[in-house]
This record gives sequence, structure tokens and C-alpha cells, in this order.
Amino acid sequence: MAHFEKANSLNEWLDQRIGINTLKKVMQSEYWIPKNINFLWAMGMVLAATFGILLVSGIFLLMYYNPSTDLAFDSVNYTIMTEVGYGWLWRHIHGVGASLVFLIIYIHMFTGIYYGSYKRGRELIWISGMLLFVLFSAEAFSGYMLPWGQMSYWAGMVITNLFSGGSLHADGLVEWIRGDYVPGQAFLGRFFMLHVLLMPLAIIGAIVFHFGTLRLPHVNNQDGEEIDFEESARLWKEGKVKESKVIPFSPVFLSKDVFVMGVYFILFFYLVFYHFEFAMDPVNFDPADGLKTPTHIYPEWYFLWSYEILRPFPTDPGLVAFAIAQVIFFLLPFLDRSPNVAPASRRGLFHFWFWALLIDMIVLTFMGKLPPEGIWSTIGLVAAITFFVLWIALPIITKFEKKL
Amino acid sequence: MNKELKILGIVAAFTLVLYWGVEPFAHSQMHKHVEGHNFVYDGTADVEEASKEKKEAKKKFWSEVKEIAKLKGDPVAGEATFAMCTGCHMNGAANMGGVTPPSLDHAGAIYDKNFLIALIKDPAMATNVDHKYPNGTMTHPMGSISSMVSNPQDIANVVAYLKAKKAGEIAPKEAFIEACSRCHANRYGKLTQLGEIPKTKSNIKTGQDIDRMKYDQKVAEEQNALADYLGKLPPDLSIISRARSEHFLETFVENPQSQLPGTAMPRVGLTKEGYEKVMEYLNETGDPSAPARAMVGPWVLGFFVIFTILAYLWKQSQWRDLH
Amino acid sequence: MSNRRDFMGMALGGFTALGGIGALYAMKRTWDPLPSVKAAGFTTIDLKDAQENILVTEKWRGKPIFVLKQSKEMVEKAKKSDELKRLIKIGDEYYMVAVGLCTHLGCIPGYDPANESFLCACHGGMYDGTAMVTKAPPPRGLDIPPFRIDGTKLVLGEEGPEYKKMLADGTTMKV
Repeated sequence: MAHFEKANSLNEWLDQRIGINTLKKVMQSEYWIPKNINFLWAMGMVLAATFGILLVSGIFLLMYYNPSTDLAFDSVNYTIMTEVGYGWLWRHIHGVGASLVFLIIYIHMFTGIYYGSYKRGRELIWISGMLLFVLFSAEAFSGYMLPWGQMSYWAGMVITNLFSGGSLHADGLVEWIRGDYVPGQAFLGRFFMLHVLLMPLAIIGAIVFHFGTLRLPHVNNQDGEEIDFEESARLWKEGKVKESKVIPFSPVFLSKDVFVMGVYFILFFYLVFYHFEFAMDPVNFDPADGLKTPTHIYPEWYFLWSYEILRPFPTDPGLVAFAIAQVIFFLLPFLDRSPNVAPASRRGLFHFWFWALLIDMIVLTFMGKLPPEGIWSTIGLVAAITFFVLWIALPIITKFEKKL
Repeated sequence: MNKELKILGIVAAFTLVLYWGVEPFAHSQMHKHVEGHNFVYDGTADVEEASKEKKEAKKKFWSEVKEIAKLKGDPVAGEATFAMCTGCHMNGAANMGGVTPPSLDHAGAIYDKNFLIALIKDPAMATNVDHKYPNGTMTHPMGSISSMVSNPQDIANVVAYLKAKKAGEIAPKEAFIEACSRCHANRYGKLTQLGEIPKTKSNIKTGQDIDRMKYDQKVAEEQNALADYLGKLPPDLSIISRARSEHFLETFVENPQSQLPGTAMPRVGLTKEGYEKVMEYLNETGDPSAPARAMVGPWVLGFFVIFTILAYLWKQSQWRDLH
Repeated sequence: MSNRRDFMGMALGGFTALGGIGALYAMKRTWDPLPSVKAAGFTTIDLKDAQENILVTEKWRGKPIFVLKQSKEMVEKAKKSDELKRLIKIGDEYYMVAVGLCTHLGCIPGYDPANESFLCACHGGMYDGTAMVTKAPPPRGLDIPPFRIDGTKLVLGEEGPEYKKMLADGTTMKV
């Protein structure tokens, strides 16, 4: 047993046993973040806060939700919405939160692309982030099944049908995934398990990993400058806070985070109370009916760009395109052949590439929502092809990028 | 600071564009706008939608209705004629040919005068479902009325009677029951096509509730009759106020054919006030937390505004000396 | 300077805590029993078909309710041992109505009509025909549910004057 002296305070007592002072330094007061940042750097914490809100509101929904196909719809729309004290509040928070988390994920992702935060030592931060995107997508999809409305059922039907692999006709696989010929009790039960237990655990693990991948490379800054963190930390600790190029995570970086979160929460709760139809689509307020497909079915907005890459092509090419689109973002650190870590505005053609990709994905999003007719399908096809052209062009244009 | 505002502006602009495209714009493309007629029943919509062969007949029908509307109706004579109606239209009425005749206790209050005239003259034409009766509109369950009450003055009298004596104050739930519930259940309001679900007790020894089972069977039989007659069972309206937009519901109830051409649902003939009463009930069952939202919302938003101000002051105090 | 920073930080922290209290209140309300559960807390039982010394079990709020119509001898016994106040009088008849859960740890006691007594199998507690405790370990007689007399019926869950009197003189505790 190691030698223990009498402690003079609670803090000292804890420090002797779990090293709490070291922990505080490592995680907060001496976790160095560059000073040269803007509010977009707060998106990570905004995501953590939103995930926390989803978890808490989910816990209270879970107390009353019934994962049985004949009771699920009313357990949400009657019990929770009308009988449970503040049940309507948790439901609205959970629905709006699920939609907003993806808005912030996309902002966070594109911030990373713009500032080159996926390059030279930060590849795993990017990859673990993309993994989180995939896990959140699975979590969102499985959650959408639970109210067992018309959209839940038909989205379940369509997305699981993707796994038949077009001409491969892997119908056995589709039935195995569903646990039945069509989405039914077995299907609902397993997606309930995924949504409530497995995906949240995986997400928490991936978040921890994501934070872990940040430590050694450190957080990026607005100029992509390679900072001497040792030197700047020394300056800060000497009191030369103006000269230092870094700030401690707590309380300095955190204070900016909290302010950004405040602004975010004003928007968040405005939507929760006054403007939530985008997050709770009317079609899902019709109970699931396996004998009637709604006139218009569409995924939630954050899946639309991906959906539109699937749609314009014939079945098999469409599935291949869709599969590539899911993984291509993971390859960004390796497809970008330029050594420059800098904001896109200083990277020549890459600047154009960035805005082209963003606008293309927005166009794909619009087309994914619109009925696949007439001019909309044409635009969708052009946008889908443009998507692949951009990714093929990326290694080429970055290879010839002038070194900064 | 300016740079950050510029960045915020760009992010906000892209977000708003994204929202616009995915919501208002896409929905305007998916659902073509249908004009309502503000609960005026003069056949304009019917004639517009009618196929070439039917247009003339409809024009003639509605102009005849207009003529009858000009007559002065006598409520006392109307009451005598109305006695014929109570044979079918009474509380606890039986299912006739697929539907149960509705109670007319407040018909004068919730239904439109022109509509009532048209209804007595020819129910299928008035409710705009005549296309469902290829063998003639007399085959409508209420079709025989044209042989019972055909004299224009008699029709004017009955409608005057309804407007005078069957037009008392009506609660939202009652309005729903009279106008909608013989076809549409509302399970959140504990209403079936046969009325309020009765309280029953199960046998303590077996856990079986036979009284409830008997009631459920009666409801099932009524639903079967409805579904056979109409082609499908009319949907439960518990949460319809969240499943369809206000505009859709208003135009749909006024003239079902305008939103779902070929539907079996008859026009209901509600006045604007009658419709608003029904909607009040539908909002009660479909969105009962609306008042709570309105009450709690300002407090939560107010909290976060103050929170943000305090957070900004804290952030300022932390960052002030750093540049 | 650092004082101002600390002050702002504490002000923000305190204000956030207020919000936290609001959130905790909403969470507490979510745990509350649902209105439909509270509404189901009323049961009407009809005593007119009960027979002397034959135990009938009803259900109220998920719990068993003993109904035991008293015979003339049982009433005399109750008068002698000052236990008449435990019984409900309807017309000329007396009834024992109590929650059929042992006041020790909640098992359901069994009734022996031959001895006009209850025996709880879990720990051997015993009660007489008026459900007064006669053998430890139960600390008191079987609890009497709130009731209101309505002709020959009892509405369990409502508090009529006879029940209020039983509460006041300590015959039973609130269930």
C-alpha cells in the first residue's frame, strides 16, 4: 500500500486517492486550445449538449413508450402527449433535438473541411467524427421507427429493401434483418433495442475515442498555423496571456462555448415550442398501415442528399453510387493530396471545390424531397453526377495546389 | 468580431435556404393549392369539378336550390313535415344500408341553410357523391326522401323549422358527435361510431370483461357495415389535427372531392361556425398540450435570453485581456 | 479582474441552477401517476348479495378487498370487545370491509370460517372476524379503505362521513 499522509482538505483527500488535481489540469486548466478561433469551434460542445438533451428527454420518453406494434403509436401520441406530466415537452425536445443535432453535425463537418482539420496528424479525428456521423444516422433511423406511424413503417420498408442488393435479390437477407417478411413486431423490437441501448453505447464510446484522437494533434486554428503548444503554455502560465497563442479549455474556451450554447438554446427552444412541424412530419401522425403507401414518402431532411444519389440511377448503379457516397467522406484525408493546412480561402481551387460541394449537397437535399418528376429528376441526376465528379477531381486539384 | 458575424451570417443564410427548400418550397410542389369557398354552398365547386356529362345536371340542381332558398319557410308547418324524418333520425337509430342516420338535434345550428335544402332535395347531389350511384341517386340510403318531401315549400318549411327549433348552443364535442362520429371514431376522446365507450368492470375471478366484449362486438359490426358501404373504414380522427394542415382540413370538409377526387366521403355541409366548433374538439383530442406550450414557452425562452446575456458577460470577462 | 470573472461565473452558475430546478420539476411531474390511473382509483361494490361468514374478495386500486358479512354472534362478540366501530352498518346488517393485505409486510391472510379468524401464512399473524389483530407480528388490524355508502353499495376511493369518523377515532389509518 502506498504511503498516505493526513489530508488537510477535501480536495487534498481526493487528490491523494484519485489524482483529482492532475485530472483537473489535464482536462481543464492545462488543456490548451488555440486562441485564434471563432464560434464555429464551439460546435463540438453544442453537439455534446444536444446529445445530452436527447439522452435525458429519451429517458423520460422511455418510461412510457410501449414497443408493441398495436400500442406504440398511442403510447406516444396519447399517453405521452396527453396524459404524462410534461410528456409533450420531452417529445417535442426529442424530435427537434434529433433534427438539430444533424444541422450542427453538418456545420461541424464542413468547418473541419474548410479549415483542413482532417489533415496531417488529424486523420483519426476526422475518421472518428465520420464514424459518429454514421452512428448518429443509425440512431436517428432506428428512433424514427418507434412511433410506428406511416412514415416509420414505409421508411423501414424502403430502407431495409436496399439490402436486397438490386440484382443480387438477397431477399433472405432482407427478411433476416426484419425478422419477418415485412416490418412488424420483430422489426420494431430490434430497432427499439438498437435505439435505446446499443447505438447510444456505441456513440458514447465513439465520442470518448473522438476526444482521445484530439489530444496529441491538438485542436486546429483559423489559420492552420502549427503552434508550439509547449512554448505557448509556458507563456500563459507565466502570466503573459496576451503573447500566448493558447488558452486553457476551462474556464476560457468553455466561457465562449457556453455563450454560443446560450444562443443555440434560444433557437432550439423557440423551435420546440413554436415551430416544430419540420421535425415532426404530419405523415407520421397517421398510424402505420401496411396496405397503404402515403402519396409522398421521404426520409428526414438530413438523409435527403444521400437518398437523391440513390434515386436518379437505375437500381444497381444507384445502389453502388449510394454505397460509395456513404464512405467517400471517410477517405477525405487521403484524397486531399496537398500538404497545406490552411483555410480553404487560401487554397486556390480547393476553395471553389468546398463551395461547389456544399451547394451540390444542398441541391441534392432539395431534390431528394421533391417528387422525382420532370425537371426535378433532371436536376437531381446532374447534382448526383456532380457529386462524384467533385470527389474524383479532389486528388487532382489538390495535387497541383501551390505549397503555402 | 466582425469576422465572426460574417461567418454567422453565412451559416444562417445557408441554413435558412436549406429550410426553405425542404419545407415550404417542397410542400408547395407536393400539394397543389386547393381553393376553398369559405363554407358557401352554391354549387360553384361542384359544377367546376363535374365531368362534361354531369355539368348541366349540377347547374340545374343548384339553381333549383337557390330558388327554394328564396321561399319563406314556415317553421310550424315544417315541424309537422319533420315528423316523417324522426323515423330514421332519432337517438339510438339503427344502421341503414351501411350508415346510421345522424342525430339532427342541433342541425339548424351547425349546418348551412342552402346545404340543408339541397340535402332534402337530393342527398347524393348535395353531398357531392352522386358519382358513386351510377344507378341513380335514389339508391342513396336517404334517397327515398325525394319522394317523401319533394314540394319546394315543404322543403323550405322543414329547413326553417330546423333553423328555428333545432339550433341551440352546442358544445364542441357534441358538434363532432352529430356531424362526424357516426362514421369517424375518436378513440382519444373515448368515442366510437356507437357513441361514448361505457365504463365496464371485469370479472374479478377470471379477469374477463364480458360487457366490454359485447360492446366491442357491436362496434366491430357497425364498422364492418360502414366499410362495406363506403369501400373502406373512415379513419379515426383522434389526431387528425396534427396529421393534416388546417387548410387541408378546411377545404376537405367543405368539399371532400376537391382534395381527394373520387372519395366516398360526403360533403358535411357545416357552416363556418359549425366547422370551427368541430375543429375545437379535434384540437382538444389531437393537440391538448397547445395551451401548456403557450404558457411554458415564454418562460423557457426568457430564461435562455437571460442565460445568454450572463454567459456573454462571463465570456467577455474571460477574454477581455487576451488580445 | 479575476474577481469580476469569478463573479460572472458564479452569477451564471447560479442562474443555470435555477433552470436546473425547473427541469427537475418537469421530470418529477413526468413520474407522477397518470390521470387515468388516478381515475381508476374508484370502485363500486354491491353488498346486498353477501352471505354471513362467507368471505368475498373484491379489487380496489389493484389491491384485494375483504368483505365479510357479520353473523348475529359475530356482532355480539364485536359489541363485547368494543370493536363495533370497525364494522360498517347498512340497514340492520354489519359488514367488515378491509384491505386484504397483512399490516405486517403485505401478504394476503387466509380466512377460516369455522374459527371466524384470519391467519397470515407469511409470519403467523392473526385477526378476528372484525379484522382486528389478535396475534403478532402485525402492528394493527387490517386497514379500512376510504368508502362512501350509497344504498346497499359502497364506493371505494371516496371518503364518506362514516369513513371520516373511523379516521378520527383511530379505527383505521389512511390507506
